[in-house]
Amino acid sequence: MTPKRRQRLLLVGLMLGGVSVAVALGVNAFRQNIMLFHSPTDVVAGAVQPGQPFRVGGMVVEGSVSRSNEDLAVKFELTDHGETIPVSFVGILPDLFREGQGIVAMGALNDSGTFSATEVLAKHDENYMPPEVAEALEKAGKMPGTAATFGSKTVMQP
Amino acid sequence: MFQWFHRFGSAPYLYRLAGRLAPWLGGLCLLSLVAGLYLGLVVAPADYEQGDSYRIIYIHVPAAWMSMFVYVVMATSSAVFLIWRLKMADVVALASAPIGAAFTAVALITGSFWGKPMWGTWWIWDARLTSELLLLFLYLGYLALRGALETPQSAARAAAILAVVGVVNIPIIHYSVEWWNTLHQPATITKLDKPSMHISMLRPLLLMVLAFQLLYFYNLMIRTRTLILEKEGRARWVAELAGGERD
Repeated sequence: MTPKRRQRLLLVGLMLGGVSVAVALGVNAFRQNIMLFHSPTDVVAGAVQPGQPFRVGGMVVEGSVSRSNEDLAVKFELTDHGETIPVSFVGILPDLFREGQGIVAMGALNDSGTFSATEVLAKHDENYMPPEVAEALEKAGKMPGTAATFGSKTVMQP
Repeated sequence: MFQWFHRFGSAPYLYRLAGRLAPWLGGLCLLSLVAGLYLGLVVAPADYEQGDSYRIIYIHVPAAWMSMFVYVVMATSSAVFLIWRLKMADVVALASAPIGAAFTAVALITGSFWGKPMWGTWWIWDARLTSELLLLFLYLGYLALRGALETPQSAARAAAILAVVGVVNIPIIHYSVEWWNTLHQPATITKLDKPSMHISMLRPLLLMVLAFQLLYFYNLMIRTRTLILEKEGRARWVAELAGGERD
């Protein structure tokens, strides 16, 4: 390798290294903003003020969903297997919404500590299988849920 | 090593090599594409939760993988061009850019089609979707920069620097689902653990990944040949080639 080429190699390397460091620092500084949602643990810990809009993500607690008989209002509880918060929503839920499903909801806390959602999105997990396999796993009690995804990721650094 | 380097650096050699490889790549691509689509869309079972909607994975995932793979090829050949001033490396990078942009657009659009029924939204500014959109802009920016500067040499050099710098985005796309809370699900296959997908669904997916890989290389060969002819239009070997093919 000629000295000139070595110099250019070094230059390209330095450029890439410099940009990587800059991006890493920037991304780290905006960590909170890049996070799409807060966990119920954050919310209970007081990470957001009542009235301030934000997203919360977690699992819909089994047996907690109650629907209104008159309109589209629905109430359920959201958990990250640490803390649980009550959520209320009026509107059409996505197809994948069900008990035990991971969801991300946009809204704000009201004064009574209930999260009043304006939009509910279902978070799909990374598991794909035919219905028969899912049934067999369910019977054996080995169903991989979104629990792992939410459990490990929702605890955010302050 | 250097001899190998020099041979690839020679325009007539690369032109002929690309011409010889193209029909094989195209044929194999067609075969795996037909087989993969048949197995994925007809034979593979429906998903336990998503029903048939999950089948978009057979286009979405290969396209998304290729969008990153093509970028890495583009950045690597741009680096080779910057360091060794190898013109053919620049040709490969330029030939790759529109193909990569197309794969990125397909990944974004198919993802959006799936997101509406499954998540409940066409688009969300989460880390995975945003970084993939940034990748599309990197491709488009690269192509725009090539066209924006007066002399081809300085355009090639400026665009190569952009391509090399932009490679920082690739690990961000890949790890975005692990580093941050996102709506997009984490990796199903590219993780150290065993894939979270049943084998009957996984096989067609891997076949489609192969098909998309071949599709890229097939297109790369065709585009490389065209770009070489454009670039070397005044060279003697091109004139001989044109004269030889007339009869």
